[in-house]
Amino acid sequence: MKGMRYGVPIGAGYLAVSFALGIMIRKQVGFSALAAAVTSALAVASAGEYAGFTVIAANAPYVEMIIAMLVINARYLLMSTALSQKFPEKMAFFHRFFVAHFVTDEIFGVASSDLIPEGKLNPFVIYGMGAVAVPCWAVGTGIGVLAGNILPADIAKALSVCLYGMFIAIIIPPAKRNKVIAGFIALAFLCSYGASVLPYISALSEGTRIILLTVVLSLVAALLFPVKDEEEADPSEKEVAAK
Amino acid sequence: MSGNHLIYVLIMFGVIYAIRVLPLTLIRGKVKNRLLKSFLYYVPYITLAVMTFPAIMQATENPLSGLIALAVCIVMALFGLGLFPCAIAASVIVYLLEMFL
Repeated sequence: MKGMRYGVPIGAGYLAVSFALGIMIRKQVGFSALAAAVTSALAVASAGEYAGFTVIAANAPYVEMIIAMLVINARYLLMSTALSQKFPEKMAFFHRFFVAHFVTDEIFGVASSDLIPEGKLNPFVIYGMGAVAVPCWAVGTGIGVLAGNILPADIAKALSVCLYGMFIAIIIPPAKRNKVIAGFIALAFLCSYGASVLPYISALSEGTRIILLTVVLSLVAALLFPVKDEEEADPSEKEVAAK
Repeated sequence: MSGNHLIYVLIMFGVIYAIRVLPLTLIRGKVKNRLLKSFLYYVPYITLAVMTFPAIMQATENPLSGLIALAVCIVMALFGLGLFPCAIAASVIVYLLEMFL
């Protein structure tokens, strides 16, 4: 299945990243491997889980957990909104409830890429990716808790970088065809780097910086270079947007 | 204590799932507003770009190996190589470079 094939590089990266998460959980929270794996399967979020376990370690009030989760995971709001446009309008509604669980940075990356045309996203592609990637994520967390030091650090680090390689493979092909996208990717790199070193902005959490930059840059792009209807037009869409 | 942990975990799950499911279920039709449509069109590329850089340099022991992996992946993607080759190449490059750097 197509989705499962896309899920393999995602899963490999997840194993490495969740492994590191497991090590952190073991040190700071003292969850059992099983509890950590179940938490990972439920949350399916990297930065979100790091933050969540930090809150647990601090034994902070529940309201702090709610706020931390809202702020750090708010980018999924943007991703789900973008994805809502990719599914066929005729798709059975219940799929949206299940697909939602698998909206991670990486699965979103593949699902929103031009590997899959607008309005043509089959929910089973997402399920396929999720079926490979989420167990990797959960198992990796559990193994990290159990045996934080069996995987040499250099291999774990190298594996975690594969997710970024995948992101590049997703954003570069459209940038090749569309100069606006290319320009804004370069601008995004620059701003993101700036935000990570400049005073005040760099003090914000990574999740907050991602949202801030994504919203501002996408808005500027949309204002300066609104997409023409043809670019987004879905051949299967019967109703033509009356202008 | 373990009850506390359970509640923490349920809050984590509940909030994250709500964030993911609400836009998907509330926005069912096609967005017609041109500005919003354009905004959503650019979101994936920009957000992935923001997440990749400079994070790729911080994920490695030496920032240079992350930077080189990034450059190689961009060139590979320009030549039409897909997700899997780029993902593998990034890992292999970092692993090899970090033996020397």
